[in-house]
Amino acid sequence: MFYSIKDLVQQASQEKSLPELMLKVEEENTERSREDILKILDHDLAVMKHSVAEGVKGVKSVTGLSGFDAKKMDQYLAGKHGISGSPVLKAVRNAIAVNEVNAKMGIICATPTAGSAGVLAGTLVAVSEELSLSHQDQLDYLLTAGAFGLVIANNAGIAGAEGGCQEEVGTASAMAAASIVLAAGGTIEQASAAVAIDLQNIMGLICDPVAGLVEVPCVKRNAMGASQAMVSADMALSGMTSIIPTDEVIEAMRKVGLRMPLAFRETAEGGLAATPTGRKLQQQIFK
Amino acid sequence: MKDLKFKSIFDIIGPVMVGPSSSHTAGAAKIGKIARKLFGEEPSDVRVHLYGSFAKTYRGHGTDLAILGGVLGMTPDNVDLAHSLQVAKRKKIKVVFIPSSDEVPYPNTTKIELIKDDHHLSVTGESIGGGNIHISKIDDFKVNLTPGTNTYVIIQHDIPGMVASVSRMFSQNNINIATMTVSRSGEGDKALMIIEVDDVHKGMASQLRSFPGVISVNYFD
Repeated sequence: MFYSIKDLVQQASQEKSLPELMLKVEEENTERSREDILKILDHDLAVMKHSVAEGVKGVKSVTGLSGFDAKKMDQYLAGKHGISGSPVLKAVRNAIAVNEVNAKMGIICATPTAGSAGVLAGTLVAVSEELSLSHQDQLDYLLTAGAFGLVIANNAGIAGAEGGCQEEVGTASAMAAASIVLAAGGTIEQASAAVAIDLQNIMGLICDPVAGLVEVPCVKRNAMGASQAMVSADMALSGMTSIIPTDEVIEAMRKVGLRMPLAFRETAEGGLAATPTGRKLQQQIFK
Repeated sequence: MKDLKFKSIFDIIGPVMVGPSSSHTAGAAKIGKIARKLFGEEPSDVRVHLYGSFAKTYRGHGTDLAILGGVLGMTPDNVDLAHSLQVAKRKKIKVVFIPSSDEVPYPNTTKIELIKDDHHLSVTGESIGGGNIHISKIDDFKVNLTPGTNTYVIIQHDIPGMVASVSRMFSQNNINIATMTVSRSGEGDKALMIIEVDDVHKGMASQLRSFPGVISVNYFD
């Protein structure tokens, strides 16, 4: 098992493959067979792709607070690349799609949570298209994300109620950044750098859901997480490194989470949830 | 290996679930499903009490639909969770949701009452995050049950010798008891036995039910 990013990079380098290391560790930790592990991942992958496709067609949430934004972005991208460029905006569109499906009680794969499910699935579909990834490459994408996610989860956390959005969308984004780097042919060290760059850029982000619902701003925060993952991966692939080592960044995030006031940890008592409009919406929805 | 909170890739990638919230939707459905398993048959009446955050936000998170879906036997990844009210209606099951402002120890708590003729059971469960749950009360008995283990829940008359007889029955069937908890509502009244076992024996529950003094036997895993 790897307990830190340093461990992970070292062991993966020895194994010569990070996805292979994750598979071996999973076999050891859970006594599941390799076949069973891949079968579950296969199903997860299918659910992720389906949730992207469903959301892009246009869905509306149970409360009516969110929906149809993925469709807007899809139409905006028809034959155009926008300002940010096509792969980034496709990842953004896909991430929004998944979280809109989540908000309408559709079926999603939590990565690492339901509220941050759009980031990994969204980038996966966009990057697969851009780099023509094979099915095996896509499974590797999930294995890589899972490995980095495990280290972050064990050393910081993955719950907005504990450490804010930085630990949910932030973790999801860092996981995706690492997967993108390896999918694009980068090194394990570059994947680690992408995680550090990503997390330091999202550090401090609060969890402030309007009316306590996983909609506003969660849907658009997933779009941010997806785009940040793409950009962080590109930075690492260009050869940029993080001045602060990845494990220290994760530890810093944990400490920021610990000192985060309760109002900013999923209680709907701070941030956007506490704005006049946020409060008004809460009253309307739960009257 | 060090004691880690997260050991499996599937703690990070997954679960596949119906949105929008692992605690308010997936966890809620799991509590409903356990209540139904403990009840052992399809109820004609379902009363769902909601406390804490469940009471405040259940409509937006579909907590009500998810609990009912669980009671109807659905898993957290069943897309029909969103339509559980219609399913209940078609089956002519009466359903009420009762949000309460009563103080509870944990923010995401529900008490589910299931009724069929003179068969009545109430199960209280808490959704403790990430889709994980535990059951804190069955009828008037305080318990601490988590899914994932083979568990028998036996309600019986509080008479001498019951514990010995029941455990003998497990040993006769060559079933190893992992843990056993016994509590009672009052002296000479009703008692509850929770027995966690390593292996399951198919006919065990009906054997136990035929035992004099046993009121009900239910099983979940």
